[in-house]
Amino acid sequence: METKISVKSLNLHYGEFHALKNISIDIPENSVMALIGPSGCGKSTFLKALNRMDDLVPNVKIEGTVLLDGKDIYSPETDVTLLRKRVGMVFQQPNPFPMSIYDNIAYGPRIHGVKSRRQLDETVESSLHGAALWDEVKDRLHKNAIGLSGGQQQRLCIARALAIKPEVLLMDEPTSALDPISTMKVEELIGTLKKKYTIVIVTHNMQQAARISENTAFFLHGEIVEYGETGQLFSMPKEKKTEAYITGRFG
Amino acid sequence: MKSKFHRSSAKTADKAATAALYMVAGLFLVLLAAFTIYIFYRGATAFKPEYLSFTREGIGIQFFNTIYLVLISLLISVPIGIAAGIYMAEYSGGGRISRFIRTCIETLASLPSIVVGLFGYLVFVVMTGSHWNLLAGALAVSILNIPSLTTVTEDALESVPELYREGSLGLGATHWQTITGVIIPAALPRILTGIVMAAGRGFGEAAALLFTSGMSSDVNFRNWNPWSRTSPLNLLRPADTLAVHIWALKTEGIEENAAQLSDLSSAVLMILVFAFSLGSRCIGDRLERKIAGSEPKGSKKTWKRK
Repeated sequence: METKISVKSLNLHYGEFHALKNISIDIPENSVMALIGPSGCGKSTFLKALNRMDDLVPNVKIEGTVLLDGKDIYSPETDVTLLRKRVGMVFQQPNPFPMSIYDNIAYGPRIHGVKSRRQLDETVESSLHGAALWDEVKDRLHKNAIGLSGGQQQRLCIARALAIKPEVLLMDEPTSALDPISTMKVEELIGTLKKKYTIVIVTHNMQQAARISENTAFFLHGEIVEYGETGQLFSMPKEKKTEAYITGRFG
Repeated sequence: MKSKFHRSSAKTADKAATAALYMVAGLFLVLLAAFTIYIFYRGATAFKPEYLSFTREGIGIQFFNTIYLVLISLLISVPIGIAAGIYMAEYSGGGRISRFIRTCIETLASLPSIVVGLFGYLVFVVMTGSHWNLLAGALAVSILNIPSLTTVTEDALESVPELYREGSLGLGATHWQTITGVIIPAALPRILTGIVMAAGRGFGEAAALLFTSGMSSDVNFRNWNPWSRTSPLNLLRPADTLAVHIWALKTEGIEENAAQLSDLSSAVLMILVFAFSLGSRCIGDRLERKIAGSEPKGSKKTWKRK
């Protein structure tokens, strides 16, 4: 499988705090990579480094390279807005904007210059189909998105990310605020999305990681302890620490 | 046993606090109602149709001046206040400069309006070599309003959840696109409330206007050429507002009916402020609905202004 993102000796400091230590990992195209590890181990920080959302934090210092299709996203020529268009993000807490469902999804295409009403209509419909939400909301596209349930809001946020036609989707614990049924729907969705997109997902739920991902990376104290094929990592981990974590002895 | 006793005393305290707070709220309601009724009653008993005329006998000119002056002052202060608020919330970064600016805003906000009035007289009237005029009054009111508009806008923008900002930036929006596309629309209800309050201050202001827009008007309501000195639209003519008119009638009114005129002016001014608040609330709700989409059932609470 082709490598979509290649990270080489990435170091990240928040002020004095060394949050990511010498991370090197290849993320293959059209697959799901799960990041697991205890709270505060740096997995979310790593996720945000992949579309430079880390830039927004004051006093952050980043060294190393992150290659997207072979081009370093931290080089000075990189246009951050274009990078984030290619590498979309879904957050832990569903965060639809306080506007209509339609406008939520049209927001991305609009900021990237799409004006034609017809084109926007098409994008809204296809994105909602893509996020398996169309049938539930097609009759109330112009109602406020805040009225949707938590699970629907999260799928709306996925649809919103799909609307700008990204290549990579970063998901930061996308189901941790959802009930089991909504979680199942989002997981099914991830299963279909990986045919077209490269997905990197942070999760605290190890069953979830085992269910949905091809590859898994285990983070601890800002380092990758082990990464590899998901089945392998969960059934016969190479490292003692990994084994201790996945069998629930710490974390 | 002990914990049971504790529980019941907590309940008593809860009931007492509830009762006390309801009483305080009730007291204010009664006071407000009494005040309003008194002013309307005095206004109604003083009422004669000719008092509403747009001549020297009536208060029509002052009525027009009040609306016109508030409108002009909003045109000046709202863009400046909102721009300053956006700067403070989004760009200032909280360093030494922004602390200095904040101190300036707070000082400006606590200036007595008579001081602003005298400053306006000095700068907008004396130094420009003109006479009392409406524009000088509007500028003086703007000086009073800009600090509060700035603070309201800043607070409104800062109360927008960080999640919206992340969501927008994560889609590849620039900072400015995020401000105009998500943050300002989400903050709009609170900004509108701030504008209504600023307008209210303009309606009621007297001290800042005494020496800026003046205590008289000489207007011909058949002359709508804005460059003519007697035209109501002329910005450089003296223009007494209702609040100033009330003050003038009460302190140096020599007309027989000065008391009646000032009573009627008070009632009219109150109706005007009330109508303006209602009107802007209506516009605000319509704007909100346009931005937010129509409200789905049951979601009213989450999208209610605080």
